[in-house]
Amino acid sequence: MRAFTKIDALVAPLDRANVDTDAIIPKQFLKSIRRAGFGPFLFDEWRYLDHGEPDMDCTNRPINPDFVLNKPEYKGAELLLTRENFGCGSSREHAPWALEDFGFRAIIAPSFADIFYNNCFKNGILPIVLDAGIVDDLFNELTEGYRLTVDLETQKIVTPSGREIAFEVDANRKFRLLNGLDDIALTLQHADQIHAYETERAKRAPWLFG
Amino acid sequence: MSGKTLYDKLWEDHVVHTEDDGSSLIYIDRHLVHEVTSPQAFEGLRLAGRKPWRQARNLAVADHNVPTTDRDKGIADPVSRLQVETLEKNCAEFGITEFDMSDIRQGIVHVVGPEQGATLPGMTVVCGDSHTSTHGASGALAFGIGTSEVEHVLATQCLVQKKAKNMLIKVDGEVRPGVTAKDIVLAIIGKIGTAGGNGYTIEFAGSAIRALSMEGRMTVCNMAIEAGARAGLIGVDDVTIEYYRGRPLSPKGNDWFMAERMWQQLHSDPDAVFDKVVELNAADVKPQVTWGTSPELVVSVDASVPDPAQETDATKRESMKRALQYMDLKPGLAITDIKLDKVFIGSCTNSRIEDLRAAAVVAKGKKLADNIKLALVVPGSGLIKQQAEAEGLDKIFIEAGFEWRDPGCSMCLAMNADRLEPGERCASTSNRNFEGRQGYGGRTHLVSPAMAAAAAIAGHFVDVSTEANQGATA
Ligand code: SF4
Repeated sequence: MRAFTKIDALVAPLDRANVDTDAIIPKQFLKSIRRAGFGPFLFDEWRYLDHGEPDMDCTNRPINPDFVLNKPEYKGAELLLTRENFGCGSSREHAPWALEDFGFRAIIAPSFADIFYNNCFKNGILPIVLDAGIVDDLFNELTEGYRLTVDLETQKIVTPSGREIAFEVDANRKFRLLNGLDDIALTLQHADQIHAYETERAKRAPWLFG
Repeated sequence: MSGKTLYDKLWEDHVVHTEDDGSSLIYIDRHLVHEVTSPQAFEGLRLAGRKPWRQARNLAVADHNVPTTDRDKGIADPVSRLQVETLEKNCAEFGITEFDMSDIRQGIVHVVGPEQGATLPGMTVVCGDSHTSTHGASGALAFGIGTSEVEHVLATQCLVQKKAKNMLIKVDGEVRPGVTAKDIVLAIIGKIGTAGGNGYTIEFAGSAIRALSMEGRMTVCNMAIEAGARAGLIGVDDVTIEYYRGRPLSPKGNDWFMAERMWQQLHSDPDAVFDKVVELNAADVKPQVTWGTSPELVVSVDASVPDPAQETDATKRESMKRALQYMDLKPGLAITDIKLDKVFIGSCTNSRIEDLRAAAVVAKGKKLADNIKLALVVPGSGLIKQQAEAEGLDKIFIEAGFEWRDPGCSMCLAMNADRLEPGERCASTSNRNFEGRQGYGGRTHLVSPAMAAAAAIAGHFVDVSTEANQGATA
């Protein structure tokens, strides 16, 4: 998992509440045998004018010019600014997979659906909960080229005008994200112990290590 | 201090590290891989730029999606084909041994493991599949895992686990002729329920378990998961050791002697204390038939379909009613009056050579009943198929009207082309009778191989343990 320390990111606004995981990645894409490659299908029904199917080549599909992520000024956005209850609905981990694959590193919203919130941390995405009033301010301030600095270490967001906004994050999750540690990475911190175990075990049961 | 259970011993032997919260990092000796639960795990490795910790501890085989006829023509369904091809590609890329569809060693992952000596006594064995409990029959700690854990094992050869509680199920006495391991385990599930083993590792013991062959022991442990336990165990004895002698991946030479000495310790100490003990008298067990949509909804073949009105627990009563409706059965109907449309002999529960022999004895010289539209015999592996053909079992089945197929999961879960049509009723030697498990709208009755074969011949269930049928099963 990619570590998250500090980003200075272009912000894309998605001014909708209750964006569900089916909207984030529609169900036909769950047939996939893959975990990567969902980025082109992120928000598929909103982004394109035709019906998406797994493994489609998206380069020549008719795009919806009104959808925010299709606007040239938001190309390369790594921060999604949105409204309450983001990520509700099905528990599919394909939703954070798609957001991450598309390029989003962090999401700001007044609230997130529980399972989605958890899934973000497993996939290197920082979900930030801010007061609805502050989220409103950010939406109002947002003009072309609007960027925010997000510092996970100090738990602060800095706006272009220099305003500092603090945010909360669970210490354990923060630790994992700062260090880019997924469960596997955490286990690999015990790599020496695993090797030592194997060496000792190989003496008792050499046939397991032949 | 009291002695240790087999589970305690296996657990302690595999702890790499223990956290403050009591969770432990457990070393995994054998990881089995199949096509359905592995693609995203391999993809995860690829994305993170990781390699398998120990390639040689992994063994892969495609089983769920493979066709059981016309293998040379490949897989017709593109989604199934892609999953199987993906497994092949992933194994090639990550250097993992795979038995592909054309390999004589291919078969159901839980049949292949012990057959090859890939799963051995004293090991920890995992697979992205709940019936991994099967391998506990050889005194191994074996349990199913999810896709993220598959990735974790590939990358670290370890899993983070919390220890379960100890349960002992003791089956003493002698079973009557015609009663098999399948009947014993169905009777156990009928007694403790499908949630009875939740939070426990179940050790099966007692003289009736000792009297079982390794094949029979695998049938029992296979269904530990149906009793709610992630793992089932049987202590090592001479039967276990003889089974593993000379298997392709069994230890050789001096290693074998070392292994033998070590494996002989793999049983619970006489003074070990279990959190829960359940006892069963083997002599009381009759051939079992499930009548509902959960393995715990089971009765003896000489009984009749139970009446929900007799059930005092309201929740249970409702689920019984729903089950009867789905199964289209009336309370009071004799089990032996239930007529069948199809018969399936196979699955990781009952597709080993002993199972096929037991079914063949019943089918020999007989013909399928007119109402049986299809009776499938699907061996658990290519090697079992070969062995059965060497013994002439295939001819017995074919002459009786059964279809003799290639190995795989087949109609156990109907991910390939073998399935029930809506409303069809099947006598099946598999392990799950859930709604739609063998095909949308299909109705499944779980039984032993001998019971399934006898039902195919009679067209309805018959008691293979009664005198009248004794000639065939003795
Ligand atoms: S035979 Fe059935 S239960 Fe066994 S692994 Fe295959 S699908 Fe699962």
